[in-house]
Amino acid sequence: MRYLPHTDSDRQEMLAKIGVNCVDDLYDNVPAECWPKGLPDLPTTKSELDVERIFVNYAKLNHAANDGPFFLGAGVYYHHIPATVDYIIQRSEFLTSYTPYQPEVSQGTLQYVFEFQSMVAALTGMEIANASMYDGSTSVTEAALMAKRITKREDVKIFGELHPQYRETLETYFSVIGGNIASNDPDESTACVIVQSPDFHGEIHDLTELRKKCDESGALLIVVVAEIVSLGLLPAPEVADIVVGECQSVGIPMMYGGPYAGFFACSKKHVRQMPGRICGETVDVEGRRSFVLTMNTREQHIRREKATSNICTNQGLCALAFTVHLSLLGEEGLKHLAKLNHQKACKLADALATIEGVTIQNKTFFNEFVAELPIESNDLVEKLAANGIIAGYALGGNRLLISATEMTTDSDVESLINAIKVEVK
Amino acid sequence: MQEIEERLLCEISRKGRRAIDLEPIDSNHNRLGVDERQSIGLPELSEPQVLRHFVRLSQQNYSIDANFYPLGSCTMKHNPRQNEKFSRFSGFLNLHPLQPVSTAQGALSLMYELKRWLSELTGLPGVSLNPAAGAHGELAGMMVIHKAHEMRGRQRKVVLVPDSAHGTNPATAAMCGYTIKTIPSTKQGLVDMDLFKASLNDDTAAFMLTNPSTCGIFDPKVKEIADLLHENGAYFYCDGANFNAIAGKIRPADFGVDVMHINLHKTFSTPHGGGGPGSGPIVVTAELDPYLPVPNVVKTGGAYQLVNEDEKSIGRLKSFQGHFGMFTRALSYMLGHGADGIRRASEDAVLSANYIRASLNDLYHEPFPGNCMHECLLNDRHQRDAGITTMDIAKTLIEHGFHPMTVFFPLVVKNAMLIEPTESEPKETLDDFIGAMRQIAEDVKLGDVEKLKKNPISTPRRRVDEVKAVRDLKVTW
Ligand SMILES: Cc1ncc(COP(=O)(O)O)c(C=O)c1O
Repeated sequence: MRYLPHTDSDRQEMLAKIGVNCVDDLYDNVPAECWPKGLPDLPTTKSELDVERIFVNYAKLNHAANDGPFFLGAGVYYHHIPATVDYIIQRSEFLTSYTPYQPEVSQGTLQYVFEFQSMVAALTGMEIANASMYDGSTSVTEAALMAKRITKREDVKIFGELHPQYRETLETYFSVIGGNIASNDPDESTACVIVQSPDFHGEIHDLTELRKKCDESGALLIVVVAEIVSLGLLPAPEVADIVVGECQSVGIPMMYGGPYAGFFACSKKHVRQMPGRICGETVDVEGRRSFVLTMNTREQHIRREKATSNICTNQGLCALAFTVHLSLLGEEGLKHLAKLNHQKACKLADALATIEGVTIQNKTFFNEFVAELPIESNDLVEKLAANGIIAGYALGGNRLLISATEMTTDSDVESLINAIKVEVK
Repeated sequence: MQEIEERLLCEISRKGRRAIDLEPIDSNHNRLGVDERQSIGLPELSEPQVLRHFVRLSQQNYSIDANFYPLGSCTMKHNPRQNEKFSRFSGFLNLHPLQPVSTAQGALSLMYELKRWLSELTGLPGVSLNPAAGAHGELAGMMVIHKAHEMRGRQRKVVLVPDSAHGTNPATAAMCGYTIKTIPSTKQGLVDMDLFKASLNDDTAAFMLTNPSTCGIFDPKVKEIADLLHENGAYFYCDGANFNAIAGKIRPADFGVDVMHINLHKTFSTPHGGGGPGSGPIVVTAELDPYLPVPNVVKTGGAYQLVNEDEKSIGRLKSFQGHFGMFTRALSYMLGHGADGIRRASEDAVLSANYIRASLNDLYHEPFPGNCMHECLLNDRHQRDAGITTMDIAKTLIEHGFHPMTVFFPLVVKNAMLIEPTESEPKETLDDFIGAMRQIAEDVKLGDVEKLKKNPISTPRRRVDEVKAVRDLKVTW
């Protein structure tokens, strides 16, 4: 077996040193009744080549985004990832290290986490950020829980179209933790108002009015960003108390749903109520700048049942991919990328609007919007998929949520338009 | 390790540099409803600079590829590269989670097969792949238990947790609204049966027990514990972080487990990535299966479907269908090893831990003498009087070329050192490690205390000021 270094004679020597006859003697605590009667119904060792054949077959049965025109977004976006990103995250020193508990031998991880936090803070216009959450949905949920702790209030108000899976996640957590979720104006029992912008339907929200409502009622304002590339073009949501969302669009492949990374940024005064790991700057005994996991007394390994969250392992390597890609893009690159996305989406919207019976529903959008079709969107998505075109996300009825990114070519748009024209005839 | 300084990205930035060339923009639409953002505050670098920056940072890290990394409870085993390669096939990498299921049959059948493996290995029929990590699996599992009590008509109030438990256990139970009652361990590091029985009543929702335990011991009373819980209408939540000691040999179903999470990033070798991503599927009994979170992959006829809504389910715990990129790696590990290889890996992990224990327990205190499972627990009792603590031993190990073991966990043992060698290390490495540990103990005996207290000295940084980090909090540049 290629993975196991012990030879039979190694094993004999080790058993002798321990003073037992066979390895099962080491399992003598296991009660007799707990040993299985038979062997599991599973195959035995396979060569790398045999396993590769199996995986080639699994992969072949999927239609990947690069196999044809692709217009699906809905919280996960098809963006280009520079070669440098995957090279860096495959470096042994990043890929195969643990959470940086021993700072003297983990400065590499700790420094990029510090840089990740810094860039998330810059993008969102917040003072501080943590080292990552599982994904966009759990970062929204953790933000709502944090707002409850800070305000000591129970209710959450959702403004506009929050990603339905984020909302469902929030509802599941609240079903055991307690708290009400509604969509009317905030009042004196409201812990926070949650607004996604661009929202699930692509609409961009003006935050000024919401900020005022929050101030009047004493609620916190939580802004959610599911497409983080939009922050290269849209103003930073700096009026928010907490900004959370999904990092996937920068450096992280779609990978059928994960792993991605959630980001979590807020004002400094709330740091003690934050969930998750935080990396801070300090010095070592020789006075050199160093980084270390800090504010640990919020966390489960110290505070146990009183911790701000139960999160332990987070999304380190995905946060690294994000950090590397964002470093490559830089200030001007991100602005350019965001603008390119917006221009592509505007052109797509114009092209769709030329089809008889199709209208664009959005007043505003970034790289995704809702098109009203003359036919059922679900039918269209299924039919086009059978022809190798992933058309978008069927919102129900005749509405199709559709996105364009820098990956979208003129010929992709042309194929889509022609295919839709055939279906709506 | 060589000494490396690497400045922050913002310190090597210069206006006008770029590392990505993008398609030019030939139109000027604005349907944003707002003016374009003027400034963000991101650095500007060229591609070679970015590459060098991160390569140099990487050189300040330890890794399992380069060094022995015996972190107890964390399972730093070999991460086969076939897993990395297969997980990056375009058919997985460029697959969107909300595509029509007809276009993702390969991915769904892979998930279905992974569920079958987890079910076979644990003996528990219900599987959910959704949870993002161990702690998230705990939350899923405890929500399932919460739901089961609700469905039986009466919610219970208390969750029992041994004092040796990982912090995520009480933190999770508290999130579900339960009160935590701590059960102290016996002098042997086991569940105190008298205290356990005295605490168990019809208000007990569940017992969260790690088995094999965080002390590295398989609790011989585990089946009796399970039976007592079930007689009282309570559930047995098993923290499966240590499943790698028994996988392929003992099935948690056979010792009475109702719910268990499995850290794919431990037992099934998906890389830790310097702190994630993980993946924490849960397995449950048939009774609890209906309450598992959505979505769930099912097979109807010849085709695979995703069930997104289910009345009995606790609901959704995160967006999409779990950390798929970890599923490919874990299944690749399982297929490569086979059931026989998985069993052998468990045995070798246990053998190696016991070998270290038997080779060190004359010089280091063994709080719970006797055979261990896949990790061996020692502490600094014999060194403390000389002024040397677990922390000093850990930091000195770095000077010997080894990553420290897990220190100060579990909390039941003062100044714990939890050593988990895993099955991946050859005997020669174990002997080198044993040699280093013995050398440290001898140095303490010889009174070389001041030298040990200074360690580490040859690392990129020496001991860092954690108090200052909190006092002068600075978390961004
Ligand atoms: C015993 C035990 N339980 C739970 C966890 C939590 O798992 P995770 O870090 O994947 O959330 C860990 C590991 O960190 C652990 O060692």
